[in-house]
Amino acid sequence: MAVRDDVVNTIAAFSLFADLTGPQLEEVAHLFDESFFGQGERILRQGVSGSGFYVILEGTAGIRVDNVDRSTLKAGDYFGEISCLLGEVPVADIVAETPLRCLVLPAAQLEGFLTAHPRIMYRLLQGEARKLKNTTKWLS
Amino acid sequence: MAELAQKPFPPGRYRLVVVGSGPGGLQLSYSLSRLGIDHAVLSDDPAPGGMFRRWPVFQRMLSWTKPFTGIERTSRGYERYDWNSLLSDDERHRAVMPALMDGTSYFPSRPEMQKGLEAFAERTGIRVRHGTRWESTRRDGEDFVLTTSDGEYRAPVVVFAVGVAQPYRPPTPGLEQVPHYGDFRPVETYKDRRVFIVGKQNSGFEIATGLLPWARQLVLASPSPTKLSINTRTLVGVRARYVQPYEDAALAGGVVILDTTIEEVMKDGAGFRVRTRDAGGRELTMAADDVIAATGFVTPLRDLPALGVATFGQSRLPAQTPFWESATVPGIFFAGTITQGAAGLKKHGIPSNSGAVQGYRYNARVLARHLAETKFGVFAPRERLDAAALVPYLLDQVSNGPELWHQRAYLARVINLDRDSGITNDGIVPLQYFLDSGGGDAVAATLESNGQGTPYPVVYLRKDGSVAEHALAPHPLLDFTGRDYQDELRALLEPVLSGAASPA
Repeated sequence: MAVRDDVVNTIAAFSLFADLTGPQLEEVAHLFDESFFGQGERILRQGVSGSGFYVILEGTAGIRVDNVDRSTLKAGDYFGEISCLLGEVPVADIVAETPLRCLVLPAAQLEGFLTAHPRIMYRLLQGEARKLKNTTKWLS
Repeated sequence: MAELAQKPFPPGRYRLVVVGSGPGGLQLSYSLSRLGIDHAVLSDDPAPGGMFRRWPVFQRMLSWTKPFTGIERTSRGYERYDWNSLLSDDERHRAVMPALMDGTSYFPSRPEMQKGLEAFAERTGIRVRHGTRWESTRRDGEDFVLTTSDGEYRAPVVVFAVGVAQPYRPPTPGLEQVPHYGDFRPVETYKDRRVFIVGKQNSGFEIATGLLPWARQLVLASPSPTKLSINTRTLVGVRARYVQPYEDAALAGGVVILDTTIEEVMKDGAGFRVRTRDAGGRELTMAADDVIAATGFVTPLRDLPALGVATFGQSRLPAQTPFWESATVPGIFFAGTITQGAAGLKKHGIPSNSGAVQGYRYNARVLARHLAETKFGVFAPRERLDAAALVPYLLDQVSNGPELWHQRAYLARVINLDRDSGITNDGIVPLQYFLDSGGGDAVAATLESNGQGTPYPVVYLRKDGSVAEHALAPHPLLDFTGRDYQDELRALLEPVLSGAASPA
């Protein structure tokens, strides 16, 4: 399921891809697949293997741990990277709160993608740092 | 006019209308009829067959029908090796394809495929109103109203099995002036010419393979590197049949394969100039006598998006529930290759085979039962299983069940392990539905692949509302019936089985 032509314009505004040139954005759009989830549909399932790295194009999704809603993700946010990086099953459900359009990259391709695009790896690392900071704040 | 009067399904109100007479529409109609569900089938075409009445361009399928397998052709197990016959509950109508193939290839020719679909429709008595073109759609209360070339049809449930066959060109400047894959000329007219093919999927490589003995130079270009099915170990990527241009490119034999964007296609005298750019920003402009857009197809949904049917991806596939209902307009369902829009779990990035006959023929059968039960109140009986038979049964299904082999991590064999009603066979169910719907204690068995080794069985056990996943070990001969598998599965099921009632 290749990606729609309008996707390049959408992702050009995302901080994850902020350092890319036009042809690089187009390359990203071709590398990822596009997925659509109906409202209420699960994208990641806690404890189920084989998921991927998702970037939200449109809509919002909830993070749900043990059936408790934790927070909301919106366009430009991404999820699934932790289980991809660690090779482990997701520790949360991700549930579409509205109709949700995403880009997706299978877990096995994430390492090659990030090492080929160091600027995206740096932006992703910034995102992880932000999450860690918020978690630390929340715990303290 | 006499002929028109004999057409089945005159305009009017029906409880269920199916649009399309390709393999998806035919399989659904057959399966609905077996369950006693009245429905009308409309088709623009003059006879059954759908896109296989025209394509592939080079007139041979990409899907196998292996003539010799050691398995009776009339048995269900043969379906695993016969990707092209539609499914029948009646042995007489199984394995239509191998009987009419001429033996020169285990990939049927396009005319053989068309003949097979026509033969299945005729032998099983599928009725289609041919030559009736669906033109527009609107809502009227609970009903959808389809305007057709023969008049108006009304129904609360409509299934669209109209293929993904409307030629698509990306909005590259100048690409609109070149022929699409579907407009390919007789092959000899490309003699000694320089041909530039936009697109590196199977359709592009199919054309390139056919042009190898004719064209002077072949260039294939698109932004992302080509995947090969022999590397992905799935149907994702260019199939082995079409890899020859790759070798010619590697050996510098007049074939060039480029990972570039196509910036512009310009007319230049009788030919073209094509400007490309790679990810490093380097531009290259090439001369070509012919340019062909092998850039795929979109779903011919007409005005359904205006009715609220959400679509996604380059093919503009409708977003669907696990039972192939529009995710945004209840009552509108899909069958055939469009069902690839219900992606399922896509574990490890591997899609279902819902885009191809061997996959979507099972979706149609599951959909028929779903429609019968949810829209018509017709319930298919669930067979009871003896507790002692459960483990061997499930291992036989993951070793030989054709639905599981063709629709890995997508369709599952589900057995209910209910404390009160005992062990019952729930049949074939979309795996995503099993995982997300909740319900009583049950087990779902599937086959899965992770893109590396051979497929392996996976068992999902639902107990007290939560589901746990258990992958069994791969087996080099794909036989999962041995003692080790029996012991492992029995140990997994034991905690649930001890709570399930023994059959009466």
